[in-house]
Amino acid sequence: MRQDRPYSNIPGTYVLDPQHSMQGYELNMFCMSLNKPENRDKFRLDEEAYLDDFPLTKEQRKAVLSRDWLGLLQLGGNIYYTFKLAIFDRRNMQYVGGAMSGVSEQEFTDMMIAGGRPVEGNLYTSEEK
Amino acid sequence: MANLFAGVGTSHVPGIGAAVDHDKTQLPYWKPLFDGYGPAREWMEREKPDVVIIVYNDHASAFSLELIPTFAMGVAAEFQPADEGYGPRQVPVVEGHPELAWHICESLIMDEFDMTIANKMPVDHGLTVPLSIMCGQPEAWPCKVIPLAVNVIQYPQPRGSRCFALGKAIRAAVDSFDEDLKVAVWGTGGMSHQLQGERAGFVNEPFDTAFLNDLTADKERLINIGHTEYMREAGSEGAELVMWLIMLGALDKDAKEVYRHYHVPASNTAAGLIILENS
Repeated sequence: MRQDRPYSNIPGTYVLDPQHSMQGYELNMFCMSLNKPENRDKFRLDEEAYLDDFPLTKEQRKAVLSRDWLGLLQLGGNIYYTFKLAIFDRRNMQYVGGAMSGVSEQEFTDMMIAGGRPVEGNLYTSEEK
Repeated sequence: MANLFAGVGTSHVPGIGAAVDHDKTQLPYWKPLFDGYGPAREWMEREKPDVVIIVYNDHASAFSLELIPTFAMGVAAEFQPADEGYGPRQVPVVEGHPELAWHICESLIMDEFDMTIANKMPVDHGLTVPLSIMCGQPEAWPCKVIPLAVNVIQYPQPRGSRCFALGKAIRAAVDSFDEDLKVAVWGTGGMSHQLQGERAGFVNEPFDTAFLNDLTADKERLINIGHTEYMREAGSEGAELVMWLIMLGALDKDAKEVYRHYHVPASNTAAGLIILENS
């Protein structure tokens, strides 16, 4: 069970706190490995085999292979790390933002151009629609 | 003696760097943002700082969860642009100022700020995008740079009050450096944005406007903003704004705002820029 924290009632937010960091260390370090071009080549060649070198949980492994962008965060990932996988896929932040919040890349981009996700209704979980 | 004359606060969104690198700054999406950068570039050309201390955060490039320094200062003669997964940005190598950087580190540690000292530290968009914003695309960057990397990714990040105090200590260090140098401090990151989760895309313009105002009007309020307030009000990645408080701490109490620019969106972020000068 996650400890309750003062920020636990911020909706749709996965804070890289000590617990999250412990849970996601190996997953995030897999993502980190994609900074190196030779690793990107290996991962491109055979994703499953490449992942064998990282002690991920079954769920984490599945989330990587299926590009479950929200699931990756729920399993300990941090966006700066998981985004390296998106870079590998040549995806941009609007695509990933949309995938995590359940809309298309275009819809997400349009929301940003219109001023971003509004403050109202998004500060406390208690006010979520 | 070295003279710390000004501070700049600016976002460091990677998309801004990509727009510069791929010649997109005049597209309708980017033009309003870059139009607002014009006066800041003119200021930079006019003022010609010898050295800029750039306070930024590393985004899993030089550091990772393997090693998480809260404050790391680069003392090397040069810093290479990092490969963040696309190959390194094709921008000039960043030249350091080892003598001043070591002097600052020594002074800070004697002042009880236990710095991490980095002799090798590739620099990512957190540092190179502010250079592109302020300088455009020169053959070589027009100033020496002392990188100061702050952990703002792994909670808990340093508190705003600590960042402000560090800024003050940096000022004391620069003031005691025995060479005529014109020095600026840039605090980077922010403004409100959230990259992750179902709340991705969160932007809070009233928060950002109040933050820009209070850099001159109410520093006490800014210094006392806590972690949860940043995450809730400025988005989970908006906590980067503590880095602006290091810049603020290094300035005179009555530093004046000489320019500001604010635009939404730059990628998934509210982009802000402010220039503050000592009188």
